[in-house]
Amino acid sequence: MGKSLRVDLSRGEIQVLETPAAICGEFLGGRGAGVAMVAGSIFTEAWDSPRMPIVFATGPLVGTAAPTSGRMSVVSRSPLTGTVFDCSVGGRFGTELKKAGFDFIEITGQSDKWVWLDIGNGHARIEDASALQGKGTGETGLLLGKGSTAVTGIAGENGVRYASIVFDGHYLAGRGGLGAVMGAKRLKAIRVFSGGEGKKVIVADPDGLRKAREEIMRLLRASQAVFGEFGLAEFGTTALVDLIHARKMEPTHNFRKTLFSGSSNYSGYAMKARYRPKKTGCAGCPVLCKKISFEGVPLPEYETVSHFGALNGIDSLEAIVEANRLCNEYGIDAISAASTIACYSEINGVKPAPEEVSALLRRIALRDGDAGRALAEGSYRYALSMGRPELSMSVKGLELPAYDPRGAYGMALAYATSNRGGCHLRAYPVSHEILRKPVATDRFSFEGKARIIKIAEDLNAAVDSLTACKFVFFAAGLEEYARAVSAVTGKEQNVQSLLRTGERIWDLEHKLNAMNGFTKDDDDLPARFFEEEGTGIIHTKKGTLTVPPIDRDAFLAARENYYTIRGYL
Amino acid sequence: MLAEKDAPVFIALDAWPVSNKKSPDDSDFSALLRVFGLMNINSILYSPPSPVYRMIIRELAERDEAARRDRKVVPIDCETRTFFHDIPVLDEITPEKIAAALSKRKSAITKDGAIISYGVVTPEQAFVSFSSTCFSLSVKYFYDSLLYLEGCYKRKSPPEEAFIKKFLEISSASAPVLPGNESPRLIPGPPETVDEIMEMLAQAGRAVVENRLVDSYFGNISYIEGGLIHISQTGSSLDELEGCIDSVPLDGSSSVGITASSELSAHKGIHALTGANAILHAHPRFPVIMSLLCEKEASCPNRGFFCHKACPEKRYAAGIPVVPGEIGTGPSGLSNTVPPAVARHGAAIVYGHGVFTCGSNSFQGPFDRLMETEKACRHDYLELVKKYLSAFDVKGDFI
Ligand code: SF4
Ligand SMILES: [Zn+2]
Repeated sequence: MGKSLRVDLSRGEIQVLETPAAICGEFLGGRGAGVAMVAGSIFTEAWDSPRMPIVFATGPLVGTAAPTSGRMSVVSRSPLTGTVFDCSVGGRFGTELKKAGFDFIEITGQSDKWVWLDIGNGHARIEDASALQGKGTGETGLLLGKGSTAVTGIAGENGVRYASIVFDGHYLAGRGGLGAVMGAKRLKAIRVFSGGEGKKVIVADPDGLRKAREEIMRLLRASQAVFGEFGLAEFGTTALVDLIHARKMEPTHNFRKTLFSGSSNYSGYAMKARYRPKKTGCAGCPVLCKKISFEGVPLPEYETVSHFGALNGIDSLEAIVEANRLCNEYGIDAISAASTIACYSEINGVKPAPEEVSALLRRIALRDGDAGRALAEGSYRYALSMGRPELSMSVKGLELPAYDPRGAYGMALAYATSNRGGCHLRAYPVSHEILRKPVATDRFSFEGKARIIKIAEDLNAAVDSLTACKFVFFAAGLEEYARAVSAVTGKEQNVQSLLRTGERIWDLEHKLNAMNGFTKDDDDLPARFFEEEGTGIIHTKKGTLTVPPIDRDAFLAARENYYTIRGYL
Repeated sequence: MLAEKDAPVFIALDAWPVSNKKSPDDSDFSALLRVFGLMNINSILYSPPSPVYRMIIRELAERDEAARRDRKVVPIDCETRTFFHDIPVLDEITPEKIAAALSKRKSAITKDGAIISYGVVTPEQAFVSFSSTCFSLSVKYFYDSLLYLEGCYKRKSPPEEAFIKKFLEISSASAPVLPGNESPRLIPGPPETVDEIMEMLAQAGRAVVENRLVDSYFGNISYIEGGLIHISQTGSSLDELEGCIDSVPLDGSSSVGITASSELSAHKGIHALTGANAILHAHPRFPVIMSLLCEKEASCPNRGFFCHKACPEKRYAAGIPVVPGEIGTGPSGLSNTVPPAVARHGAAIVYGHGVFTCGSNSFQGPFDRLMETEKACRHDYLELVKKYLSAFDVKGDFI
């Protein structure tokens, strides 16, 4: 193992330590290591306490030739959900950090004035950031100069509960408000610059890694969802717009409907025709799923187009791209922002025009006026303050992304059991329920789903700790990644050992949440999904019908099965 | 320890186990159930396959070089190689040994000829792995046997008697898993409505499976009409295509095709070059076997690594071009190699993988061509076997 940084912003001290081998042995790196490192504080400290750490953690694959090895995790306690919270993030930061000779950064304390952290080859300094305060994430990144950057925007400075951290201009630690945790510490940004001559990651068995890489590449090339004509490499995640529309599970008007007539205006195809995007992506990734317009504007992901689009009833591509740009610039999570605005619209019986959405985003980021202050708290706190908590489309306070659970029951269960709140990425059932990978499952059935979700949660906890990208798993499997990580570390891993590690991580997260008072009652969906039908005709084993509400009893039975399998009784 | 049984044991587990063995007292059941404690899976299948596959597995487990040396069999067809790597041979069938083998691989075989496989997402995965194992091991057995006989013939040294005995036994027992002689009558077409197109696709898909022209249920099929390609979804069973067809605009204006068969681009390419609107892709066994056979093998510098990706030679099996091509769209993807070959010959065999055929307005033409290709390749295979064996005065009743 290499070195890690421990930064205390209250004292202005930086220590260079040996990376804790025990943590890496037990939790790999990335998410798992981060969760283990913050575990001691989650129960005792509030998210904005100076003693609450925020951890930036690379994984064992970062900086190696393993495909999609450029990712890493940011971990702390979420201002939005109160749970332990990790974000997997791409870009170049992790790779650059490794090259600079560091595996993890653990930051505690609270500075008196705004600072940024400058990390070079083997060393780090705390710098004055008064000139950066109040600046957007793009400008801040530019002012920091060479290297890779992690920046909190004005939303993070102002404690917006769903403030993001923006890496290298447009890669996001998007969800859960970790940007506000940085803001609470008065840490505006981190820059890592290894000087281009940094350390090489030592690989125990280069030939083994080469073979694993070839296998993964071969599976990627064979995958329609990744390299196919409509795959991620071609369209990015917006390839999903048409598909989710066709499956009639497109969250529309704050989840009142599941079908939006205007979505073809912002489909992957429409976006491609309008913006002629260039491909870009995280370091070490052959897929390159991120898209930038020919004018250099980062283009939104599926979740963002769908939530600023259907969820808010907006069918203008330009307006959506602008909303996405603002979210990036202010450092706000687009899913939570769009969903909070949709909740506001439903409660107030209004339908904001695109310009009003832009204006609201600005007021949220600045906590400006009553609406800005109220909406900066997120949809749940806002809806509660208005006496309508049921209209927050969230789980554990985290707003749901753009897959209506009435159209995918595994997704329904996974939203509920997710230990960071309403998130599609914990178990990612979209993969089998919608994309048919590795095999198709019946999306209108709970049968077998409890175990599927449990295994997938463990798998993704391992993937987030390796750290690899979930998109690769449309094509490759943990088998190939087990071989890659064994080759890198020289410590033999297989699918089952990685799944056991994933389970250990999940159980730890669950325990931490339970210590903070989370119970079964929090593992639930908004009542709307059990009471209101969706929109449009679908073909199921039960026949041709309008998208039905989810059967509450079947949901509860599947959730009970899930607890039995997990051993949470 | 599990006894080698003639009957299958299948267990699926969500919160509680469901099995074909009702009684928890059953010792096989409880032994297999213990595997769930060692692996994160949701189903497990232990089953002897049909007699001919069982003979093949026993023979490979006993005689194959890698199996003897490393207790694993290495498949050679591309589909299986992509997803299986190799298949471990178990000498003892304890839960621990099963878990150790299956932790790394999708299936394992026992020396007595049974197959053990599992599902992680759905129980169907266990059955798919089971049937892919049968397919891939039979391809390997017949191909390796041909090479062995060819070697004997060239060296003028007689084949081992034990080998011959088993080969004749296996060959003559193979009929039940091979296509028959009769092509079924399919809907004549052309279809007039989308519903009729769907019916045609479902019927042809079912005929492909019923006539044993695929391994497990996979392959893909499309019909092009009115600017749309109606194509089977990825991972759909050809014998259950109802509700599993994606209708994808040919002009690329919708990305609903992301769930379509991974050979979507090959199908579109064939249509673009030939104008044919009924396209079929399946995995009949003998074309796959014969596509692997290459005269230049000994002298070719590309042998092994490049055959399936970038073979520069013009090769044929039963008069049909054999092209390299990996699954998918990469530079060496079969979406680039297959269409031009199909345009010239109306059909193409992808090295170590399967066959594409096409026709117009109905699937009768493409289906018949598929059957003919299988028959012709099987015929050529047998002619070679006869030639090699006759040098040693061995005669037999083959396949
Ligand atoms: S697939 Fe996309 S998100 Fe994943 S590593 Fe590659 S560029 Fe990053
Ligand atoms: Zn095929």
